[in-house]
Amino acid sequence: SCPTMGRAMGLAGLLLGLVVVPAVLVSTSLRHGTPWTEVEPEPSGWELAADTVPEDSLWPLPQWVRTYPRQLQLAPSRFQLVHGAGSSAGPGCGLLQDAFRRYYEYMFGHSRRRTRGRRPLAARAEPELFQLQVVIEAGDPGCDRHPHLASNEAYHLTVTEPVAVLKASEVWGALRGLETFSQLVHEDDYGSFLVNESEINDFPRFAHRGILLDTSRHYLPLKSILTNLDAMAFNKFNVLHWHIVDDQSFPYQSIYFPELSDKGAYSSNLIYTPTDVRLVIEYARLRGIRVIPEFDTPGHTQSWGKGQKDLLTPCYNGGQPTGSFGPINPVWNTTYDFMIKFFKEISSVFPDEFIHLGGDEVDFSCWKSNPEVKEFMKKKGFGIDYAKLESYYVQNLLDIVSSYNKGQMVWQEVFDHKAQLKPDTVVQVWMANNYAHELSSVTGAGLTAVLSAPWYLDYISYGQDWKKYYSVEPLNFPGSEKQKKLLIGGEACLWGEFVDATNLTPRLWPRASAVGERLWSSSNVTNLQDAYKRLTNHRCRML
Amino acid sequence: AENEPSWETPCTKLLVHVSTPGCDGFPNLDSKESYKLSVSKGSMLLSAETIWGALRGLETFSQLVGRDENGTYYINETEIVDFPRFPHRGLLLDTSRHYLPLRAILETLDVMAYNKFNVFHWHIVDDPSFPYVSSTFPELSKKGAFNAMTHVYTASDVRTVIEHARLRGIRVIAEFDTPGHTLSWGPGAPGLLTPCYLGNAPSGVYGPINPIVNSTYQFVTSLFQEVSTVFPDFFLHLGGDEVDFTCWKSNPEIRAFMMKMGFGEDYKQLESFYIQRLLNIVSSLGKGYIVWQEVFDNDVKLRPDTIIHVWKDNNMQYLKEMANVTSAGYQALLSAPWYLNRISYGQDWIEAYKVEPLRFEGVPEQKALVMGGEACMWGEYVDVTNLTPRLWPRAGAVAERLWSNGTVRNVEDAYARLAEFRCTLLGRGVQAQPLYVGYCDHEFGGV
Repeated sequence: SCPTMGRAMGLAGLLLGLVVVPAVLVSTSLRHGTPWTEVEPEPSGWELAADTVPEDSLWPLPQWVRTYPRQLQLAPSRFQLVHGAGSSAGPGCGLLQDAFRRYYEYMFGHSRRRTRGRRPLAARAEPELFQLQVVIEAGDPGCDRHPHLASNEAYHLTVTEPVAVLKASEVWGALRGLETFSQLVHEDDYGSFLVNESEINDFPRFAHRGILLDTSRHYLPLKSILTNLDAMAFNKFNVLHWHIVDDQSFPYQSIYFPELSDKGAYSSNLIYTPTDVRLVIEYARLRGIRVIPEFDTPGHTQSWGKGQKDLLTPCYNGGQPTGSFGPINPVWNTTYDFMIKFFKEISSVFPDEFIHLGGDEVDFSCWKSNPEVKEFMKKKGFGIDYAKLESYYVQNLLDIVSSYNKGQMVWQEVFDHKAQLKPDTVVQVWMANNYAHELSSVTGAGLTAVLSAPWYLDYISYGQDWKKYYSVEPLNFPGSEKQKKLLIGGEACLWGEFVDATNLTPRLWPRASAVGERLWSSSNVTNLQDAYKRLTNHRCRML
Repeated sequence: AENEPSWETPCTKLLVHVSTPGCDGFPNLDSKESYKLSVSKGSMLLSAETIWGALRGLETFSQLVGRDENGTYYINETEIVDFPRFPHRGLLLDTSRHYLPLRAILETLDVMAYNKFNVFHWHIVDDPSFPYVSSTFPELSKKGAFNAMTHVYTASDVRTVIEHARLRGIRVIAEFDTPGHTLSWGPGAPGLLTPCYLGNAPSGVYGPINPIVNSTYQFVTSLFQEVSTVFPDFFLHLGGDEVDFTCWKSNPEIRAFMMKMGFGEDYKQLESFYIQRLLNIVSSLGKGYIVWQEVFDNDVKLRPDTIIHVWKDNNMQYLKEMANVTSAGYQALLSAPWYLNRISYGQDWIEAYKVEPLRFEGVPEQKALVMGGEACMWGEYVDVTNLTPRLWPRAGAVAERLWSNGTVRNVEDAYARLAEFRCTLLGRGVQAQPLYVGYCDHEFGGV
């Protein structure tokens, strides 16, 4: 139950939103047949009133928070988000200007009291907070740049009268700090906006905190993607892993190869034009979110074959082509000619330093059936080890993509099948079975890793599964300090077999929020009761 | 010649013929929903015995109309004879675990009609909240709703739901579940719930309705008097499930009562004592009742026309329960395998579809006692943010199982039709989720 007060939530809001019944609702809050394994304390309104602290509204929990009982009042008609003196960013910084407007709207937008009120300020006891000053400290604030893996997202927030100060090295930290500040502002019983005096020092535990969206199994309209980017920003996620094409459809409209989407998209309107793609990238950038596209090959490419003849391997049966196709054909030169041209486009369209090249779940049966491929295997001395053929393809692809000065991300099979990777290739660990062991292997080989295995959010189940996502400890794998440093973060994946715009948002949020805190907050932030309290408040705020 | 239309003469009228008069009544368990649809050159006729059949036929007709690449609407020559396999085809919504705004309920009724569901089982109050505004006991919602101003159903709201349902041939069966599942009743009705004890002193915590005080029965009589008037359907659902005896056991007055009545340590007898009196009260108000299976399982003395609602599903036990209930001569409703709130990964609609309500050991007379069933969407994890995609098109599998012939079971064919129907739902503005990979001509815009 959520109070209808929009984003600025007050104690009153918390009170109203809670069940006003005795404390022991425990046993009976479960329905028919549900095994009585969970005990959800439903606090009474009175209890919460006494216990609620400003931290109860923060998600993810900052590294270091001090709040004080003294409250400051904000008047929507007068309060301003401004550039502070000494900031290397000013009014010319579009990214911050946009953020100021956005966060003002989040804090006060639902209020009808933004115009001058009639009651004089003197009637209130609390001192007024007039401004939040944002000070960017690095010489180059990064206003017009794209965020990257090494971006500095740390910030320091001091809320005290008459002016609050948000300091960050780069604009990326300021964005994180603005989100946190907006979470501290709440409304009281009378509708006044208040914020507790506080000091916050914050930075992310992991640098790569991503969400994977799949726009091939189902097309996702732009609006859906953009709404999701907003939600990501509320949760301090900073990577959108865009699994844009796959077997079922090819919605990416390529400039060099327009037939790919002409023939491969579900239908002519279910595509992403270059304008759409630019919009997503810029929308993300303004929220400090990197967009890493994934063009998964050589498997997962059925839809590519519709618009590109002689790319996929023709499968054979008894010496004859069957008419069906398998993975990309690794033995033809034309395959690599295509990849050179295709990835030249991708490298220029997507500004991030990394491109995800996929490499998962390659089914060898079609290759095995094809006489040309078999001949090639013999010529290369690969024997019957088709993993070697896959690695041969992948290595060529990595070289091509490297030549465009892009780093690569790959799924774990590429590493498992012993392809020769570049030293800065990032391996994404996704197979649930014994993933800790895989993390040890990947980092043990000196490679960077990103964890997804325990965070496949498309695997829905009954009940509060957010708890199991929250309880994952990414560094729980055997390895040295040096190895642990190579785990740069993780990604919650929402594969699209059963997901489209009709159910994406409720399926992803707030479950992904659990992953968001695990990747941002300190490793000792593990208390489920406290997390439940904060996450339910955060969820109401997201509504 | 260019002017020659490639189509037959455009059809301009669907004639609807209803033989039994009566547009202003309410549908009931015995309503006839059969219809015949005949589409041929120059004539389209929908005939039904009652208006309820006409509604079903109109829905079918609307599903036959197609549109070609040029945008022309067309319909094939068709002959349809249709009637439901089961007369009670319901959907349960829970507005206590989470409040559902009126528009969500009304939209659900619309989609129920598209699926030929004909019963809205409104599990309106429960432990977490009491959103029903009672004219007799206004304090119940004042003190028991999540927010007495915003998270309530006024008398006007309730009337709106009932009429919106009626116009779609849907019965509204309200459930006021007692004696358990009543924590939210406590704040507005002091003395109603059993005070639990810790040792010799009340602990401050409450349990089920107190069955040993007269005030309870006075209260229940007054409340159900009101409920009987507000809800026109002949049936009321009285709940009676999951009564936790711990609190009763802790209360010394209740223990004394148990001794006096000679119930020993068998608290099921105390539960039966309450339920018996409740059923008598409701009967005297001229209503029939539906109860959850525990009431039958605990040997409560029931009227022969009681309907037992089978919901427990541990290892297909429900088929055995269906056999027991019908063998004892009671009518049965099946919900056990249709708890749609229990989500899981993949195409779980298939499991719901494969259910065969009559696959239990019993003679034809027993099978005839199965009135139908209900898909349940309990509200612990459901509110307006996820209700529609979670309900549809999954509930459609239950709808077909309850309407169509028992031989209609082919999953591949069902997939094709249900996937197509899901696209139709999208076209009608319903946020129904996908069954599997693919697309619809009109995708949902996204929010």
